[in-house]
Amino acid sequence: MGRTVAEKIFDAHRVSNPFDDIHVLRLDAVFCHEITTPIAINDLISRGKDRVFNPSKLKVVIDHVTPAKDAKTALQGKILREWARRHRIRDFFDIGRNGVCHALFPEKGFVRPGYTIIMGDSHTCTHGAFGAFAAGVGTTDLEVGILKGVCAFHEPHSIKIIITGNLPEGVYAKDVILSVIGCIGVNGATNKIIEFAGPVIDALSMEGRMTICNMAVEAGATCGICCPDSTTVSYLWEFIKDDYGSPDEALDDFSKILPDEDADYEDILYHDVSALEPQVTFGYKPDQITAARNLMGTCVDQVYIGSCTNGRMEDLRIAAQVLRGQRINDKVRGIVSPATPKIFQQALEEGILQTFLDAGFCVTNPTCGACLGMSNGVLAEGEVCASTTNRNFNGRMGKGGMVHLMSPATAAATALAGHIAPWIP
Amino acid sequence: MKQFSGQVLFLDRSDINTDEIIPARYLTENTREALQPFLLEDLTLEGFNPATDLHGKSVIITRTNFGCGSSREHAPWALETNGIHLVIAESFARIFKQNMFNCGMMAIELPEETLNEIFSTYAGTKTHLITEFDKKRFILKNENRTHTRSFSLSGFNLALVMAGGWVEYADMHY
Ligand code: SF4
Repeated sequence: MGRTVAEKIFDAHRVSNPFDDIHVLRLDAVFCHEITTPIAINDLISRGKDRVFNPSKLKVVIDHVTPAKDAKTALQGKILREWARRHRIRDFFDIGRNGVCHALFPEKGFVRPGYTIIMGDSHTCTHGAFGAFAAGVGTTDLEVGILKGVCAFHEPHSIKIIITGNLPEGVYAKDVILSVIGCIGVNGATNKIIEFAGPVIDALSMEGRMTICNMAVEAGATCGICCPDSTTVSYLWEFIKDDYGSPDEALDDFSKILPDEDADYEDILYHDVSALEPQVTFGYKPDQITAARNLMGTCVDQVYIGSCTNGRMEDLRIAAQVLRGQRINDKVRGIVSPATPKIFQQALEEGILQTFLDAGFCVTNPTCGACLGMSNGVLAEGEVCASTTNRNFNGRMGKGGMVHLMSPATAAATALAGHIAPWIP
Repeated sequence: MKQFSGQVLFLDRSDINTDEIIPARYLTENTREALQPFLLEDLTLEGFNPATDLHGKSVIITRTNFGCGSSREHAPWALETNGIHLVIAESFARIFKQNMFNCGMMAIELPEETLNEIFSTYAGTKTHLITEFDKKRFILKNENRTHTRSFSLSGFNLALVMAGGWVEYADMHY
């Protein structure tokens, strides 16, 4: 029987198979941020195991609440900072160099096709866009990852979702993944790996693929995976050019993890997007999806453009294109958070930040901030936010607030209109 | 290996979620010990008062789907810092159950009839439970009655309990 991408990655990383259905894998990278790592660090200290398996494989960032907003978040940053120094972790990103983890780490070249990666963060699945197996884990798994560089996983059952058709103008990767989650539901891929494939995925940039894989967890998946191709290689080329004679050679090497023709999937789904309209969520679950035009009567108090889902360069360019030369509605507070310093810098150079400022947006430093309702744009009770993030759970951006998830284009059009509105190009 | 015997706290309700076990407002704590005073603070269960009812208890016996909701590991930790290392239920939320074993604790499933019988015989009485780990059985006792019930554990979970959790197991084996 042929093997899926995940099965091939498992085979290449298996350290042991101590029990049926338990595969202990060697990890190529362990990512850490200041919300979930400090408690793991303190626990390792209390066990007398304050060690790291390999400092060069740990990538560490303060991103969720930065600058710190109070004494507790300052302490979280401090614990992480001191730990990184103590263990000589070179890839540690603090204020001025920090950005949203799942945007920053790919940009630094820390992800490669075929890698195994864990992090104490549910959206670690984002890195599957590069053909890696990347999974969010709990604190104990994170501790073991830090200490020993291994993690235990169950059998990697995969489903394949083939995206077909042609994306209409004004419809983006975010609309695709929202519509997929709307179809399969929040438990549609629980504990499974989703391989995304088909012509629409092949045509997406790495940024679009990251948007898609980022939200795999909202359908319950452990990881979303896109197969590496020439787009992946060109994105990574600056980081791998010393390892390979040519991009073709790199591609050839990465092809080792492509799925076999007769790979065994639990399910294969076809999802056609030719007639797809801009999508938005309603309610408190990411599978409650409708076309943006159905919610035109919904007024919004805040529009947030940012996060590991849609805070990248391509997203800011699209939003700026919608906003250019116009002012957002008087009743709307617009907030944009470029996801990394590099994106911030580039948006500055391209005049995109100026466009946001002219439109009446507040531009923040790179941070998760408002996405998880901890800082930089928390909602008041009863307020409504149009957001390019990935979770609309009850209270996610502030207690009693309502979040509508959408693409950057729809968010920008909504900011202009003052109510939910699709962008008509 | 942890201690799995002691006085029983009966929680006669299904679907007790991790928010009830440890409310989200305590997730910014940086140590497990800091969670100790807040265990089951928000539990909706008539007659239950965490301030008095948790005292001296080492085992929880409850109904179905215990530990559902957010996958936070703070839930098993809040139990652990209160000396509760064993939860017996008809079923558990999957991640909660694995988190328990990862911490070297036990989340054991018993059939509905057995639990009905245990609740009708022991709930509301001062009940002591002894875990005979080698024989894979529990002995329940109160003033008037004694019951013995066997349980099962998967190979991996057994290894985790013996080692004292996944950190200790992994540090020994890898
Ligand atoms: S941007 Fe939001 S979803 Fe992404 S890592 Fe930060 S808090 Fe999590």
